[in-house]
Amino acid sequence: MRIKNHPILGERQEAKEIEIIFDGKKVKAFEGEMIASALVAAGVKTFRYTTRNNEPRGIFCAIGRCTDCVMEVDGVPNVRTCVTPVKSGMVINTQKGIGQWKGKTS
Amino acid sequence: MERENKLKTEFAVIGGGPAGLCAAIEAAKYGVEVTIIDENLKPGGQLFKQIHRFFGSEEHLAGVRGFEIGNILISDAQKYGVKVLLNNIAWGLFEDNNIGLCDTNKVSILSCKKVLVATGAIENSIAFPGWTLPNIMGAGAAQTMINVNRVLPGRKVVTVGSGNVGLIVSYQLMQAGAQVECIIEGLPEIGGYQVHASKITRMGVPILTRHTIIKAEGEKFVQKVIISQVDDNWKIIAGTEREINCDLVCIAVGLKPLIELCRMAGMKFEYLAELGGFIPVHNENMQTTIDGAYIAGDITGVEEASTAMEEGKIAGLAVAMELGKIDEKKGESELASAKNRLRALRMGPYGEFRHQAKQNLINSYYKYKNQMGA
Repeated sequence: MRIKNHPILGERQEAKEIEIIFDGKKVKAFEGEMIASALVAAGVKTFRYTTRNNEPRGIFCAIGRCTDCVMEVDGVPNVRTCVTPVKSGMVINTQKGIGQWKGKTS
Repeated sequence: MERENKLKTEFAVIGGGPAGLCAAIEAAKYGVEVTIIDENLKPGGQLFKQIHRFFGSEEHLAGVRGFEIGNILISDAQKYGVKVLLNNIAWGLFEDNNIGLCDTNKVSILSCKKVLVATGAIENSIAFPGWTLPNIMGAGAAQTMINVNRVLPGRKVVTVGSGNVGLIVSYQLMQAGAQVECIIEGLPEIGGYQVHASKITRMGVPILTRHTIIKAEGEKFVQKVIISQVDDNWKIIAGTEREINCDLVCIAVGLKPLIELCRMAGMKFEYLAELGGFIPVHNENMQTTIDGAYIAGDITGVEEASTAMEEGKIAGLAVAMELGKIDEKKGESELASAKNRLRALRMGPYGEFRHQAKQNLINSYYKYKNQMGA
């Protein structure tokens, strides 16, 4: 859920609305926000599953230190979604284990 | 990956939070050429999630909210010409204070005359069955989600830990529209300031002291927790267990300094549990055991943004003096005022033991220097 009105911070300044693709589905996002932010707004809690026991994991530190929220972003696995901003058309997939590399190797 | 030729700066500041920004501003005021390195897209560190008013006196910016202080510091840094290198991770601190950097597509080495490591701290967790379930997160993480990202990760909250972080974040979650079921605390007393605790209890939220979390359950994310009372030896009192439905658990059980770069540089450390763990020893001017390398803020012992800012100013002044940019008399007098302001923040029942612990760090620094015959 997005916090539109806040007693201290006031009204949320809406940025340009864009679309990202999460596990094949279109999700609304705002330009400049982090991937994790757009996903939480859409009600997503599980970001990846662990390698050995296939356990769900979500956000833990939200400041790019713990790597619990990593996902596959545009074909690149292990992207820290809490510190990576969204881009229009970005393809984000729930990561299984160490993920799969489908990106360019430049 | 491209590799860039060696970059140069007079004073490199690693971490653009309250400590780093204040050090940079202070040094730049006296004509030091400063570069801040920060891996985020915006400097300010954790100030922008702090929407409460700060404590202290007027000179500590008391009464001003954290995010407003963030804006003031960023505009001061601009005013004094501080360069800010964003989206850059400092991955190494080498001999002669050479810093390894990388952004998304290039690696570079930044050389400098003086360096400040102001990397801050990371939240601790505690382990209990189910603790890895999604939506069990650091209280600071929840605070980032609500106040910076403006999204609410859960609606029914249980907070573990009644220190200032646990109290403040619980209150801010209510401001953001969530319902806080309770705050639990293992000790017999509430950990944080009474003023924060009162705001919670006035909202009708119980702060359950002598309580612990036994486990968390949920299929895809946390849906309930089992809590119970504990005795003086932290043993669970049988028969006191109860279930609380929730969809967010905030863990507020302290932080520990982010010391990787200091370890890499070979600084001398001391273990001080009351300050969060292993901490590089330093003198009263924040100089570490490595020549030309300083530290400030939570990395020197977990405290608050107000103390981080004063430590940053001290380091910035010390660097300006070492580089001969400020006359000694003026420098000494500015340093003395900053140290007095810092001392004022470390008084009273919550401050005195931190002051003592910090003194121990300084004593260790001199003990080490004497052993080395310096």
